[in-house]
Amino acid sequence: MIITDEIIDYVSSLARLDLSVEEKTKIKGEIEKIIDYMDVLNTLNTTGVEPMSHVLPVTNVFREDIVAASVPREEILANAPEVDHGAFRVPKTVE
Amino acid sequence: MSEIKYETVIGLEVHTELATASKIFCSCTTEFGGEPNTHCCPICTGMPGVLPVLNQKVVEFGIAVGLATDSEITPYGKFDRKNYFYPDLPKAFQISQLYLPICRNGVVAIEGEGFQKNIRIHEIHMEEDAGKLIHDPIFDTTHADYNRCGVPLLEIVSEPDFRSAEEVIAYLETLKAILQYLGVSDCKMQEGSLRADVNLSVRPLGQAEFGTRTEMKNINSFRSIARAIAAERKRQIELIEDGGKVIQQTRRWDDAKGVSYAMRSKEDAQDYRYFPEPDLSPVVISEEWQEEIRKGLPMLPKERKAKYMEGYGLSPYDAGIITGIKALADYFDEVNAIVGQPQEVANWLLGDFMRLAKAGEGDTFEILLSPAKLADIILMVKTNVINRNTAKEVFAAVWQEDLDPKQYVEEHDLAMVGDGDLIKDTVAKVLAANPKTVAEFKAGKEKVLGFLVGQCMKELKGKADPGTVNTLLREALK
Repeated sequence: MIITDEIIDYVSSLARLDLSVEEKTKIKGEIEKIIDYMDVLNTLNTTGVEPMSHVLPVTNVFREDIVAASVPREEILANAPEVDHGAFRVPKTVE
Repeated sequence: MSEIKYETVIGLEVHTELATASKIFCSCTTEFGGEPNTHCCPICTGMPGVLPVLNQKVVEFGIAVGLATDSEITPYGKFDRKNYFYPDLPKAFQISQLYLPICRNGVVAIEGEGFQKNIRIHEIHMEEDAGKLIHDPIFDTTHADYNRCGVPLLEIVSEPDFRSAEEVIAYLETLKAILQYLGVSDCKMQEGSLRADVNLSVRPLGQAEFGTRTEMKNINSFRSIARAIAAERKRQIELIEDGGKVIQQTRRWDDAKGVSYAMRSKEDAQDYRYFPEPDLSPVVISEEWQEEIRKGLPMLPKERKAKYMEGYGLSPYDAGIITGIKALADYFDEVNAIVGQPQEVANWLLGDFMRLAKAGEGDTFEILLSPAKLADIILMVKTNVINRNTAKEVFAAVWQEDLDPKQYVEEHDLAMVGDGDLIKDTVAKVLAANPKTVAEFKAGKEKVLGFLVGQCMKELKGKADPGTVNTLLREALK
């Protein structure tokens, strides 16, 4: 599959990555290789094979509805860029 | 506007926060409010390397809602990741269900003035709620509080089956009653535990295909839903009449201004890149599990309404209103268990009671008087301790602080005069003071008796049974 510059731009914007021209060229080649590798799967005959939705043969892994203590707020906020009145302070975000 | 008549087509996405004790994927509390970021842990704040584990109760609640809405329960379901960058969700993805939601193809029967129809449910899926963002206008920054992050949600998606705001509100009220009866959510719109997004389009009446729709978010009361629908219908029709085109977009409703604003259009719609959630195992729901939950289902609003009509002889209207609010129906049962007069209890609940219970802000419904105390008031009327007018006065006085009505009657000396002699004396006194009226009555003017009853009641400070006064007056006038 041919990975165009537009695809690279789109994917990097989705991932919020600001890439240089050199990086884009490098990544373009790498993504092409990954996609080509995936194409190998398409050469296999999968007739009669159930689509898989999980790699492990386990289902219904549940926990009981019981409350346990949360983590102290200082720890939750430890990596916050800025803190104000116990909240994470981030650049203005209005949808 | 031109001669063309337009039909409004509406579909709803209802999000309801589930009344579990703990969050959907971790053990933090789901309690509303709290100091910012105090109901958080590495799982709900999306720290790297943590592993979510599904709260079993969320699945049970999902099955219960599915059964109560006659939905098909998905025997083999799973979760998916919905990827997006927005600071209300620190993981940068929301765990939701896209491909195999827990329920599909349900139905909710609604009725109201001039309509009775079935609203089809497209699907119901489980997901996690996001955090809360508060904008700080002074510093022009945003504050993120993740207490709500990971609170379990059911999203109930309807088909575009609504044609009016009345139908939408009837559906929301019915759905709310079902959710409250099941005990799966407290459905407090003002606290955000019941939220609705409105998908709306218009088309010339008779046209088969749908018009282009918009989605309105941020609507948080029944009243604003009706207003938002009216405003968006008008906006779309005017746009079309002016030769314009409706653009498929998401709009934010501003209730204070009564208008909606475009948030994003289809062109810049987000690419969520859904993929199967690798950290959670598939959910298998057996027939046995479904049956077990079906057996534990409480009586639902529809059945309870039927019981009130057939068992207690209430009108469909009275029964519908009382059973439409679970707290009110429970209250009804408690009072009626004591007094055994269903119609009398219904009359009380549908009058001043309703007005006082709804006196709070928004869509709140709060009963301040305990059932045994309303029962006391009703019994005092029944046993002729007080008359109806006094009863209303006592009710209004004791409501707010849940006072003891019997004590109130005693302290304010409101009990009726049981003493027949006192009433007889009063009657004689009133007759003596109003010779003209007495003459009129004797001349056949029956109407004036009311005036004489009123005078006696006034003399007795309202503390007599008007019926007794009436009888004694007639006797004296013979």
